[in-house]
Amino acid sequence: MQSLVGVLFDGFAYGMLLFLLSVGLSVTLGMMNFVNLAHCSFAMVGGYATVSFMNRLGWPFFAALAAAFVVAAAVAVVLERTLYRRLYRASDLDQCLFTIGIVFISVAAFAFFYTTELQSARVPEYLRGAVQIMGINFAAYRIFLVAVSLAMAVLLIFLLERTQFGATVRAAVDNQRMARGLGIDVDRAFMITFALGGGLAGLGGGLAVEFVGLEPTFALTYLVYVLIVVAVGGLGSIGGSFVAAAVLGISDMAGKYFFPWLGAFLIYLVMVALLMWRPAGLFGKR
Amino acid sequence: MANASSTAARYFEGQVRWRPLEIVFWLAALLPFVVTPAYLSLASQVAITALFALSLDLLVGYAGLVSLGHAAFFGLGAYSAGLLAKHFWNEPLSGLIVAAALAGIVGYLLSHIIVRFRHLTLIMLTLGIGLLLHEVANSATWLTGGADGLQGVKVTSVLGFRFDLYGRTAYSYSLATLFVCFLVARRIVHSPFGLALRGIRENALRMPALGAPNQAHLRKAYALSAAMAGVAGALLTHTTSTVSLEVLSFGRSADVLVILILGGAGRLYGGILGAIIYMVARDQFSGINPQYWYFWIGLLLVAVVMFLPNGILGGLSALYKKSE
Amino acid sequence: MVAQDISLALPKGVRHALIGPNGAGKTTLINLLTGMLQPDRGDIFLSEERVTALRPEARVRRGLARTFQINTLFPKLTALESVTLAVLEREGHAHNWWRGLPRFGASADEAAAILASLNLAGTENRPTHELPYGQQRLLEIALALATRPRVLLLDEPAAGVPKDESAGIFGAIAGLSSDLTILFIEHDMDVVFRFASRILVMVGGSILVEGTPEEISRDAQVREVYLGKAHRG
Repeated sequence: MQSLVGVLFDGFAYGMLLFLLSVGLSVTLGMMNFVNLAHCSFAMVGGYATVSFMNRLGWPFFAALAAAFVVAAAVAVVLERTLYRRLYRASDLDQCLFTIGIVFISVAAFAFFYTTELQSARVPEYLRGAVQIMGINFAAYRIFLVAVSLAMAVLLIFLLERTQFGATVRAAVDNQRMARGLGIDVDRAFMITFALGGGLAGLGGGLAVEFVGLEPTFALTYLVYVLIVVAVGGLGSIGGSFVAAAVLGISDMAGKYFFPWLGAFLIYLVMVALLMWRPAGLFGKR
Repeated sequence: MANASSTAARYFEGQVRWRPLEIVFWLAALLPFVVTPAYLSLASQVAITALFALSLDLLVGYAGLVSLGHAAFFGLGAYSAGLLAKHFWNEPLSGLIVAAALAGIVGYLLSHIIVRFRHLTLIMLTLGIGLLLHEVANSATWLTGGADGLQGVKVTSVLGFRFDLYGRTAYSYSLATLFVCFLVARRIVHSPFGLALRGIRENALRMPALGAPNQAHLRKAYALSAAMAGVAGALLTHTTSTVSLEVLSFGRSADVLVILILGGAGRLYGGILGAIIYMVARDQFSGINPQYWYFWIGLLLVAVVMFLPNGILGGLSALYKKSE
Repeated sequence: MVAQDISLALPKGVRHALIGPNGAGKTTLINLLTGMLQPDRGDIFLSEERVTALRPEARVRRGLARTFQINTLFPKLTALESVTLAVLEREGHAHNWWRGLPRFGASADEAAAILASLNLAGTENRPTHELPYGQQRLLEIALALATRPRVLLLDEPAAGVPKDESAGIFGAIAGLSSDLTILFIEHDMDVVFRFASRILVMVGGSILVEGTPEEISRDAQVREVYLGKAHRG
């Protein structure tokens, strides 16, 4: 029983991490149809920022996480304003290739400055160890991760459904041309959304250091998972990203634990099958 | 039936005619035998990669599709050639045909799924299928040897010529196969079907309004492209007498895409040029850390997309047009 | 609901104009007729044959062609290549990947003839994206003609073209075979009254009224729609 619930919880926690990493990409893809394969590089920026702030500057964990969010968001905005905006009308292939190029550059850059070693961040005492609930042990850090992600999810939904800005984003995702025609500043809304998405990925990266580990190949390793979450969940859908990430996290963890010989085969098969059935994703438009 | 060609037909004849530069290029392909005999093995690898890139060009350059998983067909060709040589007979030429047929059939079957979609869905499907095949080969150790690769493949000669240590036979074999497949690709591109593919690439929406069956055209393109990629994979097996799991990897799919874009998609020779540059550069810089290699590739990709969207050949042809 | 309760018949060989305010659903109607959109209810017939379930390309092969309001051409293909492609598709040769294009000289000749008939002679070897806008609009029509349609639906054929050039475009349309049934969407009433023998007025997703140019110009409802617009506009 311990192992089943434990695996499910660990899988869910992993899924929550994937959610933080993916939700930004899902919304920005839904808004601008810009294929940004470098999204996980923002996560790396956040992760390495967290490590640097904690280990080199001695900042406390939470402050470092907040800084990770800000730094990643800033990098995202700079990248968007300087390079990405020239490619909004480029072909899918060009966008893919360009952003893959950015990923390669970022991987090499981080390898150069931080070496290829696994990074570590000293999380506070109370986040280490396990908590016992109803006789089952849960890792404290993972509870923390789930709590942060759920809080973010709630915040995002509130932002999207209850604020003026959120209405702008929803309009732009629904029909960009009409939104522009109504006078909505889609470009500005996109820039803010892109920053938010990048920041969330950065936060995810910071949280990932002590969960799945951080090394320069992070941006590539998790790219596939993030893409699967986004494609399966549906572009522009926070709820879709949440569900897809949770399902993917649990399936991956359960698969590795109970059916190790299957490997990632099941994940890929389910993704292909799901996309054939629902090409726009579970919660995507059209 | 002989009559004077009308102006219209003469335009197409002009498009199809062999340019002097092309003849020079293929003759120059024989130079490595004389000028750089120590590098014939590398030349053979270049030819194989060029063929793989050429196969992808049919999909990406001419039909306008995106594929992040083309290594699936390369790997299918490699493994089928390897298994054939290991278990049945090790005559290479028939191995090429079997590999082409197998990869082509699988490509045609998969195309029924793939060509129905566009954008992210298409990208993810091609990526997913490639990753899936890689996983299957990894797990099916009884058939493929898993992560260790296929052992016991011994292809010793082709048409009576032994595969020697210097790579003379390997390069002759690869170059000849590349040339034959190139002729086939050339025919496809200059045929009505090739024009239809370009129509789909230029405006997929207009085609049905002309009565064109887009998906049927794309399925055929997929089958042809997959078959050609399979031949390239089989060539690799024959010239190296090994099949490693890497032939199905995402890295190979990504590399061939980079190569094609570097040289210039949609120009028949782009993949070949890209392969030459990429493989020679990689050989020259093989000493450096793989991370730094990918840094330069990343920079190259960014530069090509921003400044040379039609690759090197595109840039050259634009320069040529400006000078006229 | 963008279009509802539409019931219309297009007699053979008649030039129809479809007019109405922006957003009335005119392009939607063309999309429904050609199969790009599926109706929730109702049927479409082409000469007694029920085509509602047919995909767009199948309807084209039965003689229903259209042009697009925004140029939907092949930027890098030359004018000749574009129209030849249309001819080859019609003839069923486009599946042929083994024989070279020079062997299809007859198809290329037909394409050149179509271009010439629309005053596009001389543009054959120029890539579409290099052609001036007015010629691109004519190329739109050339592509549709290459399919040898029986019914031709033109979505604002002179959209974005200055007045003096639009006369040329409509002159070319008027010169088309009298067996061809034509429906064109247009906003310029001078052109409509000159080139159409029947006018359909569409407002708010439905056909308001249908008739000859004289009847329409006298119709009170139509005057209300257009006059009312002029007041508010």
